[in-house]
Amino acid sequence: MMNYFPDEVLEHVFDFITCHKDRNSVSLVCKSWHRIERYSRRRVFIGNCYSISPERLIARFPGVKSLTLKGKPHFADFNLVPYDWGGFVYPWIKVLAETGIGLEELRLKRMVVSDESLELLSKSFVNFQSLVLVSCDGFSADGLAAIAANCRFLRELDLQENEVDDHRGHWLSCFPESCTSLVSLNFACLKGEVNLGALERLVSRSPNLKSLRLNRSVPLDTLQKLLMRAPQLVDLGIGSYVHDPLSEASNKLKHAIQRCKSIMSLSGFLEVAPRCMSAIYPICGNLTTLNLSYAPGIHGNKLTKLIQHCRKLQRLWILDCIGDKGLGVVASTCKELQELRVFPSDPFGAGNDAVTEEGLVLVSAGCPKLNSLLYFCQQMTNAALITVAKNCPNFIRFRLCILDPVRPDPVTNQPLDEGFGAIVQSCKQLKRLSLSGLLTDQVFLYIGMYAEQLEMLSIAFAADSDKGMLYVLNGCKKLRKLEIRDCPFGNAALLEDVGKYETMRSLWMSSCEVTLGGCKTVAENMPSLNVEIINESGQTVFNLDEGQKVDKMYLYRTLVGHRKDAPESNQTYLKCRGDLTRSDHHEPSLNDMIKDMKLKNISGDDDFIISESNNFKLQSQLFEKEEAEIMILKWKRL
Amino acid sequence: MASEKDLNLEATELRLGLPGTSDESAKNQTSATPRSNKRALPQESMTSNISTASKNCDQETAPHTKAQVVGWPPIRSYRKNSLQPKKSEAEISGIYVKVSMDGAPYLRKIDLKVFKGYPELLKALEDMFKFKAGEYSEREGYNGSEFVPTYEDKDGDWMLVGDVPWEMFTSCCKKLRIMKGSEARGLGCVV
Repeated sequence: MMNYFPDEVLEHVFDFITCHKDRNSVSLVCKSWHRIERYSRRRVFIGNCYSISPERLIARFPGVKSLTLKGKPHFADFNLVPYDWGGFVYPWIKVLAETGIGLEELRLKRMVVSDESLELLSKSFVNFQSLVLVSCDGFSADGLAAIAANCRFLRELDLQENEVDDHRGHWLSCFPESCTSLVSLNFACLKGEVNLGALERLVSRSPNLKSLRLNRSVPLDTLQKLLMRAPQLVDLGIGSYVHDPLSEASNKLKHAIQRCKSIMSLSGFLEVAPRCMSAIYPICGNLTTLNLSYAPGIHGNKLTKLIQHCRKLQRLWILDCIGDKGLGVVASTCKELQELRVFPSDPFGAGNDAVTEEGLVLVSAGCPKLNSLLYFCQQMTNAALITVAKNCPNFIRFRLCILDPVRPDPVTNQPLDEGFGAIVQSCKQLKRLSLSGLLTDQVFLYIGMYAEQLEMLSIAFAADSDKGMLYVLNGCKKLRKLEIRDCPFGNAALLEDVGKYETMRSLWMSSCEVTLGGCKTVAENMPSLNVEIINESGQTVFNLDEGQKVDKMYLYRTLVGHRKDAPESNQTYLKCRGDLTRSDHHEPSLNDMIKDMKLKNISGDDDFIISESNNFKLQSQLFEKEEAEIMILKWKRL
Repeated sequence: MASEKDLNLEATELRLGLPGTSDESAKNQTSATPRSNKRALPQESMTSNISTASKNCDQETAPHTKAQVVGWPPIRSYRKNSLQPKKSEAEISGIYVKVSMDGAPYLRKIDLKVFKGYPELLKALEDMFKFKAGEYSEREGYNGSEFVPTYEDKDGDWMLVGDVPWEMFTSCCKKLRIMKGSEARGLGCVV
């Protein structure tokens, strides 16, 4: 007979469980585990900032120290979402500050971050250590100055691909002399000048600095000085790399680089004179990550020669000017490669150097450990995809973008259904898939049949009918995010199983066939979803006819109802109040609920949202006992 | 909006685009303005037309390469902006810097972009201000003249023209000053 462990023991055991999914699962075992897990949770991930409120977050996890928030839908990256749609971080920071949470880390993606929020953040949390902003906007160098000046124990300031208005460059000088705790500083996305002297002094007094990514304005001589002061760097992002290889400056740089024996990750080269790449060769042998996707200046022989020195690469981000031949060099050199991203250097032209299916096939043959791909190319064939599927059955992420959105297989003139079908059939661990090229309903049949682990699917300009979407919704049990543009999916597909959307984080449909009436039906039947309509023409939605198609629909599960900060053009629907008090409502049996949970894959989520929504039911019905008697036997994953 | 008197032809008009949108937007549907949701592909309406049209695969698919569909290819705008405008900015705008000469009544401006290197720049300055700069050496600066070309760099320091590689010079030069006389000689001695 199982004896109970004291809370402290369980808490100690839970310390070893760090992954979000597992912690969410742990919290569903029984009331006591739920309670202990709740108070000991330090890191929380919220995939959609509108799915829950800061108040409820704090009520559930009062000990939270690290918060990750995502705001705008993914397609906002491609200008499909109006700039004023939402995703403001200020309310979160305000509530966290007011309730005295000891926030130490904040990681934001696609959120609107005002200078005011940064200032409030910097002044409200004594122990604040780490700020990571990815694809955010709304702030300027003034906000950064506040962070620099007020966060006394700042370890990490990581700005990735943000649109920053930096009209003044003095923020670096705002780090006080007493700030010596920096471990990571990334300001590569800033466009303006920085105070170079302040930068040098900052790096000099940061003995723990491991990651440094500079912006374009940092010239070579400063780089050389920084490297001399920080030979312990592990991750380096070079700003300007322009020098005369025969000059004294170049020699000094070579010497400085050679001292940096720990560099494993290299990026940047935002301004580059390619004949100087040889200075980098001494450190190439250790590189596991190389990002040259912002360095169009490095191409041709210089690029391939550089790559030939990088035998240990695991992650490579490059531009398509590498060409198929260059990818051949990658294939023969980088045997440890796991992730490859090839971006277009000329998105709207027909680049001669661009890559085709040949390059991908070469890499798949040479790099058996490849598991993550983002590949922009001119064309793709079914035969190539079938070969790739055979060579690399380990794909977790497979994102293919053929620049011409509806291009068929150029050899056979067939759609690419069979090729993608081979990918999903072979790659049993596939979690993320992006499709392109000419595609019919058939590819979706394959996806529904084989892509059992699929969590995110992106579709554009594909399919013939509602069947396509239905195959996916019925087949992909673990689907969390579905984003669709320009496909002939309408109300029949949308309304087939509205309950499914509660098991997902979100659904995006733009330029499809769904009508206002269809959207209204979803909203009225699912109180747990917000259904937002975004109309480009500036017309408010209430003037539309029910039979009219909507430009863009974004629906997502939420525990907190409509948001109050939606712009005028973006309407969410009022629910039919009557639905919430059905007279024939009965409490589901325990078996029903367990079955329901299994079907809905509740515990297999990063997001604690679904467990929160069923929380009430679980506490009252499922777990009448304080402790689960057979908890160890049930808990196989531990 | 149609008044009661009109036949309300607008309401029954066949057109592409959501009912209620103005004539303007209906006419503009083949252009891809940033605000427009309409795709600028030759097949103007919804995708069903595209895939059925393209299913007749014996014919060439429409030439999409130059058409700009909103949000396609799916590249983050940050990335798009950092690759493209830099090129055109650099091509169109020059690097104009002020040039002053000690004793001259007014300043001039020159575009550094038009020069390929120091010899050309110096010749242009000599022509503009009617002086001779002397021989440049790394050790001694400009020998044989009382005029010395200097420039102010990003940090606000006054530097001798010619010490750093040309590209570096053009990227950090904020203004030029042709020093004369005793002040100039002092500069020439600094290592």
